[in-house]
Amino acid sequence: MGIDRRGFLKVLCATGATLAIGRDAKAATKSTNDVEFRGVLYDATRCKGCRGCEYDCAEANGLPEPPPAREITGLRKTDETRNTVVNEYSTSKGTVFLKTQCMHCNEPACAAACLTRAMHKTRMGPVTWDGDKCMGCRYCMVSCPFDIPKFEYHSANPKIHKCTMCYERLKTGEIPACVYNCPNEALQYGTRRELLSEARKRISEKPDLYVDHIYGEHEAGGTGWLYLSPVPFNELGLSTTLQKDSYPSLTKGFLYSVPSVFVLVPALLLGIQQATKSNPSNAEKEDE
Amino acid sequence: MNNELAIGRFLLSELKPKGKILTPFNVITFPIMILGLALIAIRFYKGIGSVTNLSQEIPWGLWIGFDVVTGVAFAGGAYVITFMVYILNMKKYHSIVRVTVLNGFLAYVFYAGALLLDLGRPWNVINPIIGNSFGFNSVLFLVAWHFLLYMIAQLIEFSPAIAEWLGARRIRKILSGMTLAAVIFGITLSTLHQSGLGALYLMAKDKIHPLWYSQFIPVMFLVSSIFAGLSMVIFEGSISHRVFFSKISEKNHLAQRGILLGLSKICAGTMFAYFFLQLLVFLHGKHWALLNTPMGYWYLLEMVGFVLVPMFLFYRSYRRGQIGMIRVAAILTMLGVILNRLNVTVIGFRWDMAVRYVPSWMEVVVTLTVLFAEIWIFRWVINRMPVLSDPPAWATDQK
Repeated sequence: MGIDRRGFLKVLCATGATLAIGRDAKAATKSTNDVEFRGVLYDATRCKGCRGCEYDCAEANGLPEPPPAREITGLRKTDETRNTVVNEYSTSKGTVFLKTQCMHCNEPACAAACLTRAMHKTRMGPVTWDGDKCMGCRYCMVSCPFDIPKFEYHSANPKIHKCTMCYERLKTGEIPACVYNCPNEALQYGTRRELLSEARKRISEKPDLYVDHIYGEHEAGGTGWLYLSPVPFNELGLSTTLQKDSYPSLTKGFLYSVPSVFVLVPALLLGIQQATKSNPSNAEKEDE
Repeated sequence: MNNELAIGRFLLSELKPKGKILTPFNVITFPIMILGLALIAIRFYKGIGSVTNLSQEIPWGLWIGFDVVTGVAFAGGAYVITFMVYILNMKKYHSIVRVTVLNGFLAYVFYAGALLLDLGRPWNVINPIIGNSFGFNSVLFLVAWHFLLYMIAQLIEFSPAIAEWLGARRIRKILSGMTLAAVIFGITLSTLHQSGLGALYLMAKDKIHPLWYSQFIPVMFLVSSIFAGLSMVIFEGSISHRVFFSKISEKNHLAQRGILLGLSKICAGTMFAYFFLQLLVFLHGKHWALLNTPMGYWYLLEMVGFVLVPMFLFYRSYRRGQIGMIRVAAILTMLGVILNRLNVTVIGFRWDMAVRYVPSWMEVVVTLTVLFAEIWIFRWVINRMPVLSDPPAWATDQK
């Protein structure tokens, strides 16, 4: 059984490689946390539901003009023609509005899902989509816990639509179109850290006005968009059962096992093959 | 020069159909395939939404859930049988290696093909392959690469049969020397992408019914691919032994009984392990209350009717030597695997939505087209290459 030593060495290499890779990956996660991601704070107590942001968003992104208020019935979702919508909710504290768009997660599930890196978390914070890379598999849509990426089902050259936090504007030093135009200062743009301390300040200054929770601080591992609300967030149609860990962390265990399987399994198979090679009884063994 | 001409003429003659053309199978499948091709043309011209019922909330339907996820599970027979024959040296199963590998190879070719139909921007499909942009941390990246590499490994495993068909003696010798390496590589790839297909759904944590979602989906998919693949081998073998009766030697006809009994035993064993794993996951998940809901009954039907019952049937028919019941058990198992894969990918996916996804008739026709096209090619190969029939004498001498 000369294979034993070789097998042993392979195990050793595999363990070493796995440890090394594991450590690398951990280090990488840490460094992304150090980056100052930009985000937006949305304060539902200030939003008057004018839907001006919908018009500004459509204009900034070359999308069709949103419908007038009288044509709107029920709750709307973002789709391939609109990257943001403001919905009206009847809550325990009366009518409250909520703006929906991409949350720009710190560790986005869509970007981890993307096999071509078409979905990409930029260093500034926005999650963007690159049509030259995307193959239209829609795995980002399967993975996103907020159901944000939208697909053009009726096009031969379909694109994925979602809010980009106006990344092109951010690069030229401007702020997102919706934030820029909001007449009620319901939206505020800044680094995530600034926004979190601003949100905490508002809650502590007016504890009766807000629920004591910043939606997006921990949800899905933390998001770029943060929400303040006068009512519990499930009354506004936001999922309150999302996990606190990032969604990509769900596949990490599986992906980390890949290098070890690749080294261990072939060694094991070769070992078994050598061990059973000259066993004449095998031919009839299974007949009983 | 003469030699090349002869090969050309040989290939041309082999392209012609052999046997009757107006068989019931042909008469039924041909119009469906023509219709399917027309639908595929519409899909590329007017977009995926023109033929499918997919929506923004349910981006993956029948084409992924059945064609790819279920199809690949059934193709698992190839890695299990090559493991038994080349790694465990269980010579008894040698006569079914080629047909199983061919089946697996064609399954991958056609299901990867079906994947292309589902891609919105298929012209970018080479991006993750040519290194334009590697999404290393994507499970789908892993699965895509594994599909590609595994198809190559299976082609190498099968290639001696092609060489025998063409009468290429020296090439056959080289190719058959590569078999063991291809088998080891292929099994490794299979363990990872069979489980990887399950791992694809790990991030859809809040979208899949809790009775089917757990962090162990990859393990479940891997273990169930063993008996899914072997049931397919039993099912396909039972049909092939009738349809291609004259191709199979007397000796292999007689060996079939022993093979089926052996596979039956393995199926019963792995299904027991699988059921036990499912039970552990269920107990760990503390979902007792969910059992008394419609989805809970559906879950129980899958676990009892399509895992426990066929497991018991496999075991009993193995003990009593009842070949007929083994076939029944194999069919039940296959239905169970279809049910399980669809429960994770389609039925349990967004089970709480008001408007449920039901595949359009066009999605079903395209799926059937893929399936029938595979069977047509399978038949074409079986009728020409030494797959079920014994290899030519010179090839046997070469070993």
